[in-house]
Amino acid sequence: MSSDYTAMWQELGLDLEAHDALLEALSSSYQDIFLSQKNRPQGMQYLDFVMSEVHGLRIKELLDARRAGRPVVGSFCVFVPEEIILAADGIHVGLCAGAEFGTEEVEKILPRNTCALIKSAFGFKLSRVCPFIEAADMVVGENTCDGKKKSYEQLGELLPNLYVMDLPQQKTAAGKRLLREEYVRFLHAMEELSGITIDAKRLRRGVELVNAKRAALARLNRLRSSRPSPISGLDALLINQVSFYDDPVRFTGQINSLCDELEARIARQEGVVAGTTPRVLLSGCPMAVPNWKIPMLIERSGAVVVGEESCVGERGSRNLTDASGATVDALLDAIVERYFAIDCAVFTPNREREQHVVEMVQAYQADGVIHYGLQFCQPYLIESMPMEQRLTDQGITTLRIETDYSMEDLGQLQTRIEAFVEMLG
Amino acid sequence: MRCAGIDLGSRTIEVVIVEDGRLVASRQAETGFAPDRQAASLLAGESYDRLLATGYGRHLFEQINGTPTVTEIKAVAAGFHALAPEVDLILDIGGQDSKVVALNQTGKVIKFEMNDRCAAGTGKFLELVAMTLGFPLDAFGQEALKAEKTLQINSMCAVFADSEVTSLIGRGEDRRAIALGLHRSIVNRAVGMLKRFNLDRSTIGFVGGVAWNPCVHRLLEEHLQKIVHIPPNPQIVAAYGAALLAAGG
Repeated sequence: MSSDYTAMWQELGLDLEAHDALLEALSSSYQDIFLSQKNRPQGMQYLDFVMSEVHGLRIKELLDARRAGRPVVGSFCVFVPEEIILAADGIHVGLCAGAEFGTEEVEKILPRNTCALIKSAFGFKLSRVCPFIEAADMVVGENTCDGKKKSYEQLGELLPNLYVMDLPQQKTAAGKRLLREEYVRFLHAMEELSGITIDAKRLRRGVELVNAKRAALARLNRLRSSRPSPISGLDALLINQVSFYDDPVRFTGQINSLCDELEARIARQEGVVAGTTPRVLLSGCPMAVPNWKIPMLIERSGAVVVGEESCVGERGSRNLTDASGATVDALLDAIVERYFAIDCAVFTPNREREQHVVEMVQAYQADGVIHYGLQFCQPYLIESMPMEQRLTDQGITTLRIETDYSMEDLGQLQTRIEAFVEMLG
Repeated sequence: MRCAGIDLGSRTIEVVIVEDGRLVASRQAETGFAPDRQAASLLAGESYDRLLATGYGRHLFEQINGTPTVTEIKAVAAGFHALAPEVDLILDIGGQDSKVVALNQTGKVIKFEMNDRCAAGTGKFLELVAMTLGFPLDAFGQEALKAEKTLQINSMCAVFADSEVTSLIGRGEDRRAIALGLHRSIVNRAVGMLKRFNLDRSTIGFVGGVAWNPCVHRLLEEHLQKIVHIPPNPQIVAAYGAALLAAGG
């Protein structure tokens, strides 16, 4: 950290000692995992800066914006429509949920056999080490899986400002109506929080900002389909992770310049690794900062991750929203259309996800797929078996992994992943 | 050309030397608490042109000596394929993990399964329960085969199985019958893993330290209704494969 933010963290009520320990661990694993990579694009310096200031300058920006009357909204899921938050002049941030923290405290209120992502979110709150959740005027939970929807009942006890959004589980007309009703309810909640009436102009502006961000991520994804890959999977994952934290306009600009640089690399046929490097598509559960374990193991095993079929990845940014509607209603319809197409495993049935993975394997010239499932995450773990079957039937080499955020299975995972990479080579 | 393969396992380390594809020497020792030193002493005095390391300690060895590595999954496939090309499904039960590796006709790995972080059904598990029952490990399988009846053992977790065994001893049950029950539970678990592959059309091979156990072997064959091929020394197959891969690379 370049400045001293102690006073700010104190004001937010963070546990300074625990927070220092977290930052130290984060910084050393960042050095070890990211800064040690070779041939990184120059544009990654921006991401390195963002990460070094993720609990510093960015939080200061959030607090300054709050003082200027802009509400800060934290969320855990790509179903929370950022367009609507931006339309109310709000700031949207993803919340901390990618590392084991405060496990003992968490296990006093949640069963041990709860997925690592949920436990992590609770751990960060209970340990008072996440400035984002402390700086949020409103935290939006969403009823996706059973684990999340039931744990929000407990999280509500810990937060003064939890707003829970219901979500459909079937892609039926009734499901779509439910999503629309929930987005209308959320729009009103944002209006109430901000004191702003959301009109068509504001909503269109929100849609355009988010579209631009998703288009930049889509551009990055297209560039990753080149062989040799112009950027490591770790760096690309980091970009996807930062897209949840950073200011969308600034982020979009930076990622587009990074893409310019990658295009120049591709034109020179210069890659971050050799063109013969085995290419892996990672599919499954989302990976919030600082969950870098699996991509690190894959890339250290001599492969490169060329795409993420994940909410922190292409699933979260795949589709754009039609911004042409003239009224709030028309724009809301377009937003609902866009989000309703997300192939999250909480939907039943959800066969289009298999199709998307097959298409991504082709589009990214991937040699194989690693399916990442968090232990106790039933929706993705249950989908992993038919997914493996479907991919195997298509002749696509696939490895299913089930793990959590701990490091105790590192050796086992390394052997599995190395053996998988050997199969691709 | 002389090539060496070293398999740094959790319980034992094996070194195999091949010359022009023929196995010319093999050595073995317990891993102990200083695998790097143990490995160095096993290799001391051996001459070879290339060396390839495998097994769970391969990365430690690589860090110290700069030796290239290969996973035990690829190594065991290469080794078994050279010994018995008809085998296309290998069960490998070592000290701390168990694996099933499927190969194609050229010996290339096409699919594998591996146990998770738990040591259930591995050599370590057998060692623990043999000790509780007061059998030397090398006689454990033979003694289990002498049982007149078998007992159901429900727990596969090493720690829980140990308490279950203790309570059976406390009930006055015959320790050979308990031993047979334990072997059955290991075999059930291995068969469960094997069943994720196409068993009808497979020729099965068995390697790793647990392949020395005659009771596990016999129960596997009974359960699968198939011959299960075990090489003369099932513990050196991965090191042999690594040596062969060193020669090829």
